[in-house]
Amino acid sequence: MAEEKVIENFDPEVILEVKNLRKSFPLKKTLTGKVTQELIAVDDVSFQLKAGETLGIVGESGCGKTTLGRAILKLHQPTGGRIIFEGKDITDYNSKQMREIRKKMQIIFQDPYSSLPPRDTVGGILSEPVEVHKIVPKEKVKDYVLDLMDKCGLRDYYYERYPHEFSGGQRQRICIARALSVNPKLVICDEPVSALDVSIQAQIINLLKKLQQDMGLTYVFISHDLSVVKYISDKIGVMYLGSMVEFGTKEDIFSNPLHPYTQALFSAIPHPDPDVKMNRIILKGDIPSPANPPKGCRFHTRCPHAKDICKEVAPEYKDYGNGHCAACHLLD
Amino acid sequence: MDELKNKEEVVEEVKDTEVPLDKNVRLMSPTRMVVRRFFRSKLSILGLIMCISLFVFSFLGPLFYTEWGEIELDESGKTEYSISETTYEVNGVEYTLRQTTEKSLKDNFLAPPSSEHILGTDNEGYDIFVRLMYGGRISLIVSFIAVFLITILGVLLGGIAGFFGGVIDNVIMRLCDILICLPGIPILLIISTILDASNIDAKYRIYLLMIYLTFISWPGTARLVRGQILSLREQEYMVAAEAMGYSTPRKIFKHLVPNVMPQLIVSMSLSLGSMILYEATLSYLNLGVKAPYAAWGTMINIISTNQDILQNHLNVWVPAGVCIVIAVLGFNFVGDGLRDALDPKARR
Repeated sequence: MAEEKVIENFDPEVILEVKNLRKSFPLKKTLTGKVTQELIAVDDVSFQLKAGETLGIVGESGCGKTTLGRAILKLHQPTGGRIIFEGKDITDYNSKQMREIRKKMQIIFQDPYSSLPPRDTVGGILSEPVEVHKIVPKEKVKDYVLDLMDKCGLRDYYYERYPHEFSGGQRQRICIARALSVNPKLVICDEPVSALDVSIQAQIINLLKKLQQDMGLTYVFISHDLSVVKYISDKIGVMYLGSMVEFGTKEDIFSNPLHPYTQALFSAIPHPDPDVKMNRIILKGDIPSPANPPKGCRFHTRCPHAKDICKEVAPEYKDYGNGHCAACHLLD
Repeated sequence: MDELKNKEEVVEEVKDTEVPLDKNVRLMSPTRMVVRRFFRSKLSILGLIMCISLFVFSFLGPLFYTEWGEIELDESGKTEYSISETTYEVNGVEYTLRQTTEKSLKDNFLAPPSSEHILGTDNEGYDIFVRLMYGGRISLIVSFIAVFLITILGVLLGGIAGFFGGVIDNVIMRLCDILICLPGIPILLIISTILDASNIDAKYRIYLLMIYLTFISWPGTARLVRGQILSLREQEYMVAAEAMGYSTPRKIFKHLVPNVMPQLIVSMSLSLGSMILYEATLSYLNLGVKAPYAAWGTMINIISTNQDILQNHLNVWVPAGVCIVIAVLGFNFVGDGLRDALDPKARR
């Protein structure tokens, strides 16, 4: 059992700190169980998140966004690095200790269809965590759940219904209500709106924003939809092939993207006015396999400005002022 | 201004009517939907009727039909006389010898169906009708116990193997493989011989044999449960359960096992039929229930004692065969009906 480590000099405003987080999955094993080939899904990611803020994480599919989110919650045990939540290092917590922490950090999944148990009513789904974690006394559970449903825009008579009777948007509201039922401080939103259509997306995003204000939540908002991230986030992290290539406040990142990948990514945001000429930076090739990442800078195979050094030496992830970090040789 | 007010009222009205309408939509739990779909199929209703009538016949029948007991012989055998004549000649004189044989029979065996014996009596003088009931009791009890035990063992071991995976999974599954390799009937013959030698009461030997059957049959259920749990474990709602901080027993028994139930119920009802068949086979081979106790299998086995019964006394062995067919068909119909009703893709 890990000793409870309290990190010294910890900024009390910072709710979550991730230090050099790394998660790899074994691909091939020898008979004795030694890993000979592995897939590095998250490589050396670090950031700090203050309470009440929203961190948007963007990147193309397969870049490790979801794995990062799940590794923070320890749904995947990280292979390296540290996760510091509210000043406590939870990286080595065992499952029993984690059960207590689960009250404070929750997740909303991408797919509202498969993330609800099919044989339970909405009331059952929402009461179970409240009862398990003893959030309110037993006789008050139903009132608490009804109140929560009201907050999330669910009608009280949905209590007796089954998930299969609902549409995607309503199911996502149920998922949000379930995540919030234990009064968490940090919520990881793992592409919560990408399975929904645009009008419902707006409703859910606004609901999340409202709940953030009401309950003082901190979000890690994972998405590949840049306009959604721009709308909801305070800080943005850009991921490419498992590593964070750029991190900063929303304003910094959108007005002054440093990394060529971020620039290319943002040039792809569609503009509502068809007359505006877009300067799209078109990247060539596909994202390399994370099982066999390129040497040096991971982006050099597709980078329009790649130099010789990029092929050999991995760039350092450095702060370029005001907490705006990036990893690129071109900036030196 | 007035128009606006009217409009608002209209909007409110619409809201008011919408809520109760929505409320009145009948709630359909998954279980209710399954029951409804089950009763939509005529074959499954037929199967259910067959099973229920067999139960009523076997368990309530002896309470009403009390004239004869399971091992009560009809001792109203009559004395029969047979006369034989022999003619022979001695020195031109013809003699006729008449010989009368008096044969006194204690038991009234192989009696044809009559008001006294609804289905007649068998070769020993037992009432066939009442023995059908008692045979049914044995068959149903034994197969239910066996299926129950198989399910418990299968869910427990299959669930553990599926949920924990790794070494535990490997050990349990290899055990399954070994048990599946064992030849059933030869080992049963050996066990039966051992039971014969150790003077176990004839009443209980069938239960011992069924326990053995359970022991070699659970791997099927365990594999089914393991396969289901392996696929359910990867579902996102199980990740959600982990994220909610539920304990492992809660995850297994509240979130996984209820979702395996549909497949389990189907396999249970189907294996009930095969267990009844197995029991009948054992009794027929004289491995299971032994005389004087009744079982459908032993009742059919009577034909092996006398060729005459096979041809001329159909009332002795056909009813037992019919009962077996009804039981196996009934449970299979119910099982098939349940499978169709529980199939989520077949939403009609």
